[in-house]
Amino acid sequence: MYVAVKGGERAIDNAHAWLAEERRGDRGVPELSVAQIREQMRLAVNRVMAEGSLYDPDLAALAIKQARGDLIEAVFLIRAYRTTLPRLGTSNPIDTAKMTLDRRISATFKDLPGGQVLGPTFDYTHRLLDFALMAEGEPPLSPPPEEAVAHANPTQPVPHVASFLNRDGLIEEAAASDATPIDLTRAPLELPASRALRLQALTRGDEGFVLSMAYSTQRGYGRTHAFVGELRIGRVAVEVDIPELGFAVEIGEVEVTECETVNQFKGSKTEPPQFTRGYGLVFGQTERKAIAMSLVDRSLRWNELGEDNTGAPAQDEEFVLYHCDNIQATGFLEHIKLPHYVDFQAELELVRRLRREAQTMQEAAE
Amino acid sequence: MTEPLTKDRQTWMSVLAKAAPGRLAQLLPALPDHRFLRAPEVGAVMVRGRIGGTGEAFNLGEMTVTRASVQLSTGPVGHAWVQGRDKAHATRAAIVDALMQTDAAPETGAAIVDVLAKEAAVATATRATRAATTKVDFFTLVRGEDK
Repeated sequence: MYVAVKGGERAIDNAHAWLAEERRGDRGVPELSVAQIREQMRLAVNRVMAEGSLYDPDLAALAIKQARGDLIEAVFLIRAYRTTLPRLGTSNPIDTAKMTLDRRISATFKDLPGGQVLGPTFDYTHRLLDFALMAEGEPPLSPPPEEAVAHANPTQPVPHVASFLNRDGLIEEAAASDATPIDLTRAPLELPASRALRLQALTRGDEGFVLSMAYSTQRGYGRTHAFVGELRIGRVAVEVDIPELGFAVEIGEVEVTECETVNQFKGSKTEPPQFTRGYGLVFGQTERKAIAMSLVDRSLRWNELGEDNTGAPAQDEEFVLYHCDNIQATGFLEHIKLPHYVDFQAELELVRRLRREAQTMQEAAE
Repeated sequence: MTEPLTKDRQTWMSVLAKAAPGRLAQLLPALPDHRFLRAPEVGAVMVRGRIGGTGEAFNLGEMTVTRASVQLSTGPVGHAWVQGRDKAHATRAAIVDALMQTDAAPETGAAIVDVLAKEAAVATATRATRAATTKVDFFTLVRGEDK
């Protein structure tokens, strides 16, 4: 246990002043603006919004600047700010079938209705450093060709891949329900957790942790044989019931990444053999996280689907849910650097006493 | 002035909420006389998703929202809930909502709401067109063992 200490104010002030200087770096180099971070470090902004659990690109960019690019510190700043906001309401569930798509791919169907749309992806790049970016040249603007304009129909809903399999009863259904989900930010996490609660924890969980858990299932620790049935990235409207008016209004849009996996399922006593599903939904263009989330979601469903618990970490909801939050983890991890003088003094006394006793016994034996 | 249809009001409130604050300010530089029934307030709305896109609801995360309610000196009341933390945006959106319930609705609609709606549609179509240029047709290759 750490103890309260007094003093050191001047040293702390000086440390913070130096921190501000170090944040700025070489003053011969132009200062980064929040808008530059928001526009040009967008994937970092997305990660901070997702794990900070607050969609506001300007604030996420500010947090990244303030945190000197330490994304977990930036998430911490956003989480702290979030707690100061009054909760004005809750949205109606977003309708991802009506997403304005930037990207939509399926690894299970080559010719899916609506087509495969790559979007602005790193896939198929050669991962070679592009030294042209160092030369501060602007990439050429390439206006889309005329024929593409004819294909684009942003207002047309694009049905989910799962709905095609659903028609044949080959995949489990996700029946709509308007039950109010438990909110992790308002009630302590209790186990066993509902799937809705697990998804809330995972979508704000640390990307690295969720990725590693998902990877472990692919390597055989709670294998679930996942295919990416569909991955889509785009913008969806957020609709809120306005209490003073008595009807709902679309008050904005959020960018999200949605991933649905299709998994082998041999069937159980109650369920026929069919495909099952894992689901990932994350703020922003956050593809790695959404895929990982869907794998971990599916893996945690072993009990509901009557599968064996192989003791794999990714099947253990207590392990996953209690360790996926990087702010909780960082808070507990980093607190051990705070003054533990009394604790340590006690340990020191104990070790000295044990050594004395051991020495006495050794002398007695001789 | 007759009560506006709910559908119409939902549409203009949504157009105003989604507008870029700077653009709305350009289109409505001077504000008519008004008082606040609810001063602009910044808060958060919990955004929900559905499991599998269609199933049970779950909490995805919050987004920042600003709301305001105004009454024009001529009487009509307007409300706004807009994404983000821009109080001037919420104020202007509430004022336009009020104006849209007055005899000035046709001019206000044409000069502000329709302009914003058209610009938003163009922006969405441009992005969708850009996405359409990345549409691919994968074809599977014959593998060695199939020969």
